[in-house]
Amino acid sequence: MLLKKINCYFKNTYTDPSGLAVFRILFGLLMLFSLIRFWYKGWIESLYINPSLNFKYYGFEWVESLGLYTYLLFIICAIASLFVALGFKYRISIIIFFLSFTYIELIDKTTYLNHYYFVSVLSFLMCFLPANKFFSLDNYLDGTSYEKIPKWTVDSIKLLICIVYFYAGLAKINSDWLLKAMPLAIWLPSKYDIPLIGQTFMQLEWVHYLMSWGGMIYDLAIPFLLLNKKTRPFAFIMVIIFHLLTKILFPIGMFPYIMIFSALIFFDSDLQNKIIKKISFFLSPFKKNSTKHIKSVSFVKLHLSPISKLVLICFFIFQLLFPFRYTLYPGELFWNEEGYRFSWRVMLVEKKGATDFKIADSISKKYFYVNNSDFLSAFQEKQMSFQPDFILEYAHFLGNHFKGQGHQNIQVFADSYVGLNGRLSQRFIDPKVNLFIKKESFKHKKWVIPLNDEIKGF
Amino acid sequence: MTKKIFLVLFIFIFTFSCSSEDDIQGDLLSDSTEILESVIDTNITLSFDRSAMLVFWADNFIVPAYKKLKDDISVLKESIASFNEEPLQANFEIVREKWLSAYKTWQHVEMFNIGKAEEIYLSSFMNIYPVNEERITSNINSGIYDLENPNNYASQGFPALDYLLFGLGENDTKILEKYQPSDNNYSKYLVSVINKMEAKTNLVSNDWDSYRDAFVVSTENTATSSINKLSNDFIFYFEKGLRANKFGIPAGVFSTDELPNKVEGYYSKLYSKTLALESLYAVKNFFIGKAFENDALVGDSFQSYLTFLNAKKNDTSLSDLILSKLDIAISSVTELNDDFTSQINTDNNTMLLTYDRIQSVVILLKVDMLQVLNVNVDYADADGD
Repeated sequence: MLLKKINCYFKNTYTDPSGLAVFRILFGLLMLFSLIRFWYKGWIESLYINPSLNFKYYGFEWVESLGLYTYLLFIICAIASLFVALGFKYRISIIIFFLSFTYIELIDKTTYLNHYYFVSVLSFLMCFLPANKFFSLDNYLDGTSYEKIPKWTVDSIKLLICIVYFYAGLAKINSDWLLKAMPLAIWLPSKYDIPLIGQTFMQLEWVHYLMSWGGMIYDLAIPFLLLNKKTRPFAFIMVIIFHLLTKILFPIGMFPYIMIFSALIFFDSDLQNKIIKKISFFLSPFKKNSTKHIKSVSFVKLHLSPISKLVLICFFIFQLLFPFRYTLYPGELFWNEEGYRFSWRVMLVEKKGATDFKIADSISKKYFYVNNSDFLSAFQEKQMSFQPDFILEYAHFLGNHFKGQGHQNIQVFADSYVGLNGRLSQRFIDPKVNLFIKKESFKHKKWVIPLNDEIKGF
Repeated sequence: MTKKIFLVLFIFIFTFSCSSEDDIQGDLLSDSTEILESVIDTNITLSFDRSAMLVFWADNFIVPAYKKLKDDISVLKESIASFNEEPLQANFEIVREKWLSAYKTWQHVEMFNIGKAEEIYLSSFMNIYPVNEERITSNINSGIYDLENPNNYASQGFPALDYLLFGLGENDTKILEKYQPSDNNYSKYLVSVINKMEAKTNLVSNDWDSYRDAFVVSTENTATSSINKLSNDFIFYFEKGLRANKFGIPAGVFSTDELPNKVEGYYSKLYSKTLALESLYAVKNFFIGKAFENDALVGDSFQSYLTFLNAKKNDTSLSDLILSKLDIAISSVTELNDDFTSQINTDNNTMLLTYDRIQSVVILLKVDMLQVLNVNVDYADADGD
C-alpha cells in the first residue's frame, strides 16, 4: 500500500512547472550577482590568488589555485549562472555552474561558509531537475513548453531547504546557545553602532536570550510553517524578518537573500505565475519580433536513468546522515571541530586563537619560531589559529618548507591557545607532539587538548 | 499579501539604511535612542561612552606624549648643536642624556600608529634596529644620502644615534676623535639624523591639532574606526614592537641561534632594559587609563571598557587577569641585566623565560580581550556565516 503510494507519487504526480522556473531564474540571477560582487570586492585576488599556500579539504588536495586563471573560472561560472537564469542550454549550464563553483570553493577551505556549501549542494541537485521546461530560452528554441512536471522535482528542493533549516535548529539546542546565550551575548553588544537598537536592545541580556531561543525555534519551526498552506504567508514574513535581521547584524553577504528567495519555492502556482507575469512584462519590449509558435505539451515524462535515481537517493541519505558524523568522535564538537563543517552549524561559535609554530632539530635540540605572516594571509592565519586540521596542514607545510631549506631532523610543534564562546583561553594543541609525523585522516586527533568544560546538547 | 511583505521590507530597509552621517536623521536617531534607553530600564548602564574614551586617549595620552617627544627632540637637537660647536666630553654627555630621555618618551608613542604616524611610517624613521652600520659609514663618508629612502630606515632615528653616540669606538676618547674637528662629516650626519627626526615628529604632532576632532568621534565598530584601529595597534605593538623586537628576536626565539646584537640600545650597553621597562609601563598605563605623566589622572581605557562589558573568566575579571600577568612580566624584566646583550650571552634562559611571560600577556590580549571587544578587524575582509 505504502509502496504503491510512493510509486504513484514518483510516477504519476505532477505539478505546475512555474515554481521551478521562478526558482531557476532567481537562483541564476542571485549567483550572477554574488560572483560579480565577489570580484568587485577584490576577493578573487585576496582570497584565491595572493596567498602563497592554500588549505585543502581532505581528499581534495589535487584542487589547485589557478592563479590569474581564477578570473577565467569566475567568468565561466558567471556565464553559466546567467544561462541558468535564462534557461539556455540549461542542463549543461547548471552542470558547468556546479563544477566551476565547487572547484572555486575547494581551492581553499579558509573561505568555507555553510552558504557556499548550500549553493554547491543545491546546484548539484538542480542538475537532475527539469527547471528549463517552462519560461526558458530552451522552450523557445525547442518550440515546446510544458504544462506539468513531476511533483517530486519541486519537492526535492523543498526537502533540501527543510534539512538546512531543521538541522541548523537542532545544532542550536546546546547549553552554550540556550543557557548562556553564547555567542550572541558577545556579538550583539558589539553592534552598538546600529541606529536605534544598537545602544539599547543589543546591550540587554534578555535580548540575547530572546534572540538565541527565537533563532532556535525559528529554524526548527520554519520548515513546517512553510509547508503548511495556512501558515505559509506568515512563515514567509518571518523568513524575511529573520534573514534581514541577520543581514543587519552580521557580515553574511548574500546568504539572507538566497534563503529569502529560496523560500518562494514553497508557494503554489498562483504566486509563481504572477511572478512570471511580472518578469514577462519587463521582458515584453524584447519579444516584439518573436513570431515563433511555442507548442504546449501537457507534461514532461522525466526519464531518470537508474544511475541518476541511485545518485539522488544516495544524495539525500548523505544529506540526512552526514551532519551526524560528529557523534562518532569523542570530545567536544565545537572545540575539536571533528564533523563540524557541512552540517549546517551556522553562527554557533565565537572562537579565537593564537598559534605559533616551533621548528626544532631533534638532535641538536635547537629551535626557532615561525612568523606566520611570512606564509599566510591575515585571514588564513586567523582561521588556522583555532582549527586542528588547518594547524596540522600548516605544520606539514612548514616542515617541508624548512626541509627544503636544508634544515635537518625537523620537528614541528604548535604553541596554541584558543578561546571559545567567552571562556578563558586555554592550551589547544599538545606542545610536546611533533605534528610533522602526524597524518591527516578521519580519525580522532588525539593531540588536541580536550576542552576543560562540557557543552551539552546536539 | 505581497503588499504586506513589501511594507515589512520597506520598514526594515528604511530603519537600517539611515546613515548617521546625515545630521538631521542622526539627531533624530540619537534622540529616539535616548528615549528608548530611558524606556527600557534606567538602572542598567547600557552604553559605554566610547567617544569619551577616545577623548581621554587623545588628550591625555597621544597628544601630550607627542608634544613631549617634540620638546625632547628639540632639546636634543640643541644639545647636538652645542656639541658640534664645541665637541667636548662634557657636551657629549649632555647629548647622550638628552638622547636617552627622548628615546624613553618614544616608548610612549610607538603604539599609536594611527593617522599621520601611520601615513608617513613614523616608526620606520625613528626606531628600526639593529642599524645598518655599513650604510651609515658609507653615508657619512660620501656625504650624499637621502634619509627618505626606505633603504635608509636602518641608518637613522634613535638606533642610529645610539651607534653614533656610543658605537664609533671602543672608548669615549676614540668616539670623540670622530667628531674632531667640529663640523666634519660625522657631525653633519648627527645633524641630518636629528633634523629628520624632528621634521617627522613635528609633522605628526602638529597634525593631531586637526586630526584630534575626527579621531574622537570615530567610535563605530568598523575596520577603519579610530577605536578599532587603535585597539588593533595596541595589541600589534605589544606583540611585535615590544615582545618580538625587544625580547624575542635577540633571544633567538625566531632564529636558530641567539642574536644578541639585535637588542634595542645595543651600542650604549646600558639602556636596553631601561627602554623595555619604559615601554611596558607605557602599555600598562594605557591599559589602565593612567594619563601620560600624570598618574593621578585616571580615565576610560581598556580596563573600564572590559569592566563595562562584564568580561569575566572563571569568576576573575579579564582586566585583573591581564594586569596580573603584565605585572609578572614586568617584574621578570626588572630582574634582567641592564644590558640585554650581556644577559643573552651569559644567561639566555632567563631572557627566554621573560619572553614566555610576555607571551602569556599576548595570548590574553589577542585571544581573550579581542574576543570580548569583538573588534571588527581590518584584515578579515570576507563574508562570515
